[in-house]
Amino acid sequence: MVNVCDTGVELCGVRLDNPVIPASGTFGFGREFAEFYDLDILGAISVKGTTREARFGNPTPRIAECRGGVINSVGLQNPGIDAVIGEELPALRRIFHKPIIANISGFSIDEYEECCAKIDHEEQVEIIEVNISCPNVHNGGMSFGTSPGSAAAVTRAVKGVTTKPVFMKLSPNVGDIVSIARACEDAGADGICLINTMLGMRIDTMRRRPVIANKMGGFSGDAIFPIALRMVYQVAGACALPVMGCGGVSCADDVIEMMMAGATAVQVGAANLRDPYACMRIVEELPERMRHLGIERLEDIIGVVK
Amino acid sequence: MYKKGLYTIVENRPLTAAVWRMVLAGDTQYIVRPGQFIDIAIDGLFLRRPISVCDWDDSTVTIIYKVVGKGTEAMSHMAPGSVLDCLTGLGNGFATDNGSQSPLLVGGGVGVPPLYNLCKRLTAEGRRPTVVMGFSTAGEIFYREEFEKLGVDVHVATADGSLGVRGLVTDAIDAAAAGFDYIYACGPVPMLRALYDRYDVPGQFSFEERMGCGFGACMGCSCKTKYGNKRICVDGPVLKREEIIW
Repeated sequence: MVNVCDTGVELCGVRLDNPVIPASGTFGFGREFAEFYDLDILGAISVKGTTREARFGNPTPRIAECRGGVINSVGLQNPGIDAVIGEELPALRRIFHKPIIANISGFSIDEYEECCAKIDHEEQVEIIEVNISCPNVHNGGMSFGTSPGSAAAVTRAVKGVTTKPVFMKLSPNVGDIVSIARACEDAGADGICLINTMLGMRIDTMRRRPVIANKMGGFSGDAIFPIALRMVYQVAGACALPVMGCGGVSCADDVIEMMMAGATAVQVGAANLRDPYACMRIVEELPERMRHLGIERLEDIIGVVK
Repeated sequence: MYKKGLYTIVENRPLTAAVWRMVLAGDTQYIVRPGQFIDIAIDGLFLRRPISVCDWDDSTVTIIYKVVGKGTEAMSHMAPGSVLDCLTGLGNGFATDNGSQSPLLVGGGVGVPPLYNLCKRLTAEGRRPTVVMGFSTAGEIFYREEFEKLGVDVHVATADGSLGVRGLVTDAIDAAAAGFDYIYACGPVPMLRALYDRYDVPGQFSFEERMGCGFGACMGCSCKTKYGNKRICVDGPVLKREEIIW
């Protein structure tokens, strides 16, 4: 019988009480969830994806229900980096006292650089997560995350202007995820976060048109868990960097499975939309599941599956 | 303030061929204004289903829903005694703290239900509301008598003319309702737009949009207003006339 349950993990020198992190885009800047529970139970929070300018995002409808998940084409609605630093982060600091992961998006290398340089000065931001699933406006709209060369270019640019650990958040909509991860590693990334949403689509058969105004959107939720797990396993096996696993996680067993595949921390996304208590519930379930599986220290299981 | 809780179905019966009324028993303290909604988790479906509150008291909440997809179809098969996981107290709802003495309440189809508690509240406050409801056909009409029991004038329009004024709610308003100083409306966007364009009185319009979470986190249901971007789920669903951008 194991009695001690150490859920702590360390990401690039940043200590987390537990590996559970709400994923960017599903948790806003925390305020809405603070109505449900004390956010300090979380390992960290990855806040809403932030761009240089304020964005409304894509036209609505931009949410579509699917079996086992949801498609969204929100399109990075956010108030812009200056409002995030001036208003959102100070508000979050009043209700959350653990590490904040900033999530930065850009439509050009310049934009990534400028936003990351600014956010790097924020004391409670301990990790910068760089979303490279956005289209590059200078390259025909091709997502930065779909080629090793452009993924590396963003990584190098961001690393040149920051002091905090930089995690590159990868898109799963690629042929060879390992080559993208390796390119980020070679360009100086401190960690990898994967996966972002998978490109999907639904059709309203009555109206004979796509449910989503933008036609396609990012699919997330329970159904993508095995795909995310596979990619975490591949990348963790091929890179020396710490990995944050993300995709379809909705219970403590999913967290443990992700960690056995190689993740040091685990993000919870779409599950927050259905169950606002999802992250709290997972944190509370962890010790019991660890005892059941004979795990004393959660860190001991990272990448145990070879 | 919103909260998650468990609610027991005490009644679930059809009002018309496609529209059902469900009464849920549970904690209603977070429902504070007419026009708010609840968000219902349904087994086997990923997202919750947002349904407007028709009426509530200390221990029950009444919703009226139309069977249009898998979620509402599943709801129509639920038996009394079943327990539902709901978020309650969502949305801003209608505010009645304005000077209006003779407001017009306009509902289209399943836009009618949230006006019921609003009408109750307005009459209790000593206002003299008039109700106009629009439906496609006579067989789809519901809650007419319930509104009449509140002691207000109720006018009905049907698109096919099978009952009441033939045409849209605007036809019924032009035919019967005069002298209103305010509009509260809930229904399809073309109806809201027609009211906005035709009657130059202040008002509040309740919108709907496909939602992810229902409590403001995912930004799925955002809209642009003259006062900036708003989320239909928490900053709405009710928008004031002066802020609406069509």
